[in-house]
Amino acid sequence: MAVPLRVIGTLAWRNLWRNHRRTLIMLLAIAIGVWAMIFMSALMRGMTDEMIDNGLHNLPGEVQIHALRYRADPSVVNSMALPSGALAKALQQAPVQAWSARVRVPAVIASERDSRGVTLLGVDPATEALLGAWPEEIVQGRFLQDEHDRGLVIGMKLAQKLQTGLGKRVVLMSQDPGNDVADWGMRVVGIYRARLESTEEQFVYAGRSLVQQKLGIGAQVSEIAVTARDYRGVPLWYPQLASAAGETLEVMPWTELDSFLATYLSVQDGFSLIFMVVVFLVLSFGLVNTLAMAVFERVREIGLMQALGMPPTMIIGQLLLESLYLLLLGLALGNLLALLSIKPLESGIDISSVAQGMEMMGMGSILYPVLSVQDMLMSTAVVIVLGLLASLLPAWRAARLDPVRALNTI
Amino acid sequence: MNLTWRLAWRNLWRHSRRTWLTVGAMVFCNVLLIFLISLQLGSYQMMIDNSLAAYTGHVQIQHRGYLEQQRMRQSIPEISALADELRTTLGQGDVAARGMAFALASSRERSFGVLLSGVQASYEPGVSTFPGLIRQGRYLNPGDSEHIVVGAVLAQNLKVGLGDEITFIGSGRDGSFAAGVAVVVGILESGMEEIDRSVAQVPLAWFQQMFSMGEGGHAVVVRLPGLEQVPAALATAWTLVEKSPDLVVHDWDAMQPGLRQAIASDMASGWFMYAVLIILVAFSVLNTQLMSVLERTREFGVMLALGMRPVQLARLIGMETLLMSGLGMALGVALGSVLTWYLSVAGFAYPGMEELGAKFNMPGRMYPEVSLLSLLWGPAVVFLGGLLAAVYPALRLLRLVPVAAMRAA
Repeated sequence: MAVPLRVIGTLAWRNLWRNHRRTLIMLLAIAIGVWAMIFMSALMRGMTDEMIDNGLHNLPGEVQIHALRYRADPSVVNSMALPSGALAKALQQAPVQAWSARVRVPAVIASERDSRGVTLLGVDPATEALLGAWPEEIVQGRFLQDEHDRGLVIGMKLAQKLQTGLGKRVVLMSQDPGNDVADWGMRVVGIYRARLESTEEQFVYAGRSLVQQKLGIGAQVSEIAVTARDYRGVPLWYPQLASAAGETLEVMPWTELDSFLATYLSVQDGFSLIFMVVVFLVLSFGLVNTLAMAVFERVREIGLMQALGMPPTMIIGQLLLESLYLLLLGLALGNLLALLSIKPLESGIDISSVAQGMEMMGMGSILYPVLSVQDMLMSTAVVIVLGLLASLLPAWRAARLDPVRALNTI
Repeated sequence: MNLTWRLAWRNLWRHSRRTWLTVGAMVFCNVLLIFLISLQLGSYQMMIDNSLAAYTGHVQIQHRGYLEQQRMRQSIPEISALADELRTTLGQGDVAARGMAFALASSRERSFGVLLSGVQASYEPGVSTFPGLIRQGRYLNPGDSEHIVVGAVLAQNLKVGLGDEITFIGSGRDGSFAAGVAVVVGILESGMEEIDRSVAQVPLAWFQQMFSMGEGGHAVVVRLPGLEQVPAALATAWTLVEKSPDLVVHDWDAMQPGLRQAIASDMASGWFMYAVLIILVAFSVLNTQLMSVLERTREFGVMLALGMRPVQLARLIGMETLLMSGLGMALGVALGSVLTWYLSVAGFAYPGMEELGAKFNMPGRMYPEVSLLSLLWGPAVVFLGGLLAAVYPALRLLRLVPVAAMRAA
């Protein structure tokens, strides 16, 4: 090679700073573009994570096991025994982190003033805690102590609608396996708050053994919720659980239990990329412009280099390198800006002014942006690949200059 | 066209490629903004129309406090008469009366808690899309009494089909024990689980009798041809309830506050994206104009020496930018309008949208809304951004010293 790469590199770097104002403006534009790409992705990732966290918290778990007909007919009739044999073994192994067996039946709750339809959860507080499915915050009283606890824990919103409160008695009605209505009184021992008001209205918690006894279903449960604390990796491990559970049980990942949530995740991931490409396209006009101007100013000089024997590939290489330096600097600055602006916000952005709107989308009133390496890498890849592609045109034109004519232009 | 304008125009085309690239950035950005803003406004319109058309209606008359607490006793007396009166006064749209009560529904095999609505069979189809979603059997007829229409999921859970009986147990308005048996005449399927799980509608008269409501009910629902008629209808309804201090009139915003906020939050994230695009285009203009000023330093020096004042030079740059931004705006609006107009007729969809649409109660295709606002808002801001970006290069000219400028390389 006639001209060592180092010389090309030095040339490109020096050329970049010949018109420092232009370079700085372009640098700033790239940095702002990159910052916007990452910042927007962080906000969206925060929203998506929050939605999915909420969704999984309410499901709960990433994988659920039911009796075959339970999902079509969520009745106490379609219960199952506690896991045993292969399934029990599979549930104790990694990657499963925790699981909880629960009775989950539709019920009617009545105070002396009013009544409402709810989902009654008979839970074992110890395993629920491991699963992470406890109500987020107990505002009055306490949560259940163990599965024999005789108290009831209800949501704040439900308590308001029923005009009941801590220490008051309510009546629960649900169907037993004989299709008769079982009803029994309970005392409210705790009131919880959830991120979503709809959750507070829907779920009431009671001790598992108590519910089993009242409904007369022995030790049977309605569902087993399983978590590995990683919602993206579920497709890898849930099939093992399914084969261990056998054919009489139905094992489903959250993507099937809540198909809307799964669709939302893929749409959001796609949208991040589209946003990055769009931002880049607007940026690329400026980039091509800057490079075209740089070539235009240096027509004579490029002609001279060609006349002195520099091959066209070297000229293309030199211009691409100049563009690459610019892009890399812009990326570094943009990433730094993103890091500096997102880190302080990670503790949460208060968006309670639009809380009810967010609730429609299954979100709480605080948004937690998530800075992910994946988004940073994706924006870097988009900018470098598309940036070099966009720079090819002016570079190629420069390489095709006729040395004699180029030398004669003013 | 005077001399300065002509000079500005010609200066633009001294570097035609550069000018076109900058104009291209503006056109691209303008087309994008027009498309996105129209799409956004179109989808909001659709979201509001569809959510309200489903059940809530545009305006409702309720007992004070019913909206928050939904208690049985917060009822409207003589509700059918009030609905009739409103219907005649209003003269447009549809009006229907409803009653709502919670009850335990039991079939032979299953029991579930449901929110039972008493509806006027002859008027309900005008205010809600539910009656049109019957998949089996029929909707309620005005002559029906002990008949019920239920959602498909509820029917499945209760294990009932057409002709089967459902028993209801609840408490009446006065706290008395309420019970009744109704025969399923229709099953409704919307495809949205939440609706199919919760709908249970019976005739209002039977409802009033079962829950000891007398002639009362809980809401008078008004559905109007469009959102524009809401303020007028709201005023009319208020004059009707003036004589009864217990009644209030709510518009859709009060009944579904989430709707407007969902739109507001979506708008905020939309504007973040637009602002970024506009700033980037402004940088592009800044760079172009700065370059064109720097490379003409000598020329400007000569012009100054010949007696032109610096302010005139700055104005020249302003004019060049004005022409360039104007060109970008004209082309952008033209292209953007054609594209958006085409899509507003043909519709637009992206993968996965249908499932999302179902959740937000939107159709699977979106039709951008073409209006003066959606067509001009974005490009106007881009135009202003471009002009603003030229301020710095123009200001530099004010400090130009003729002799030094002429000597510049």
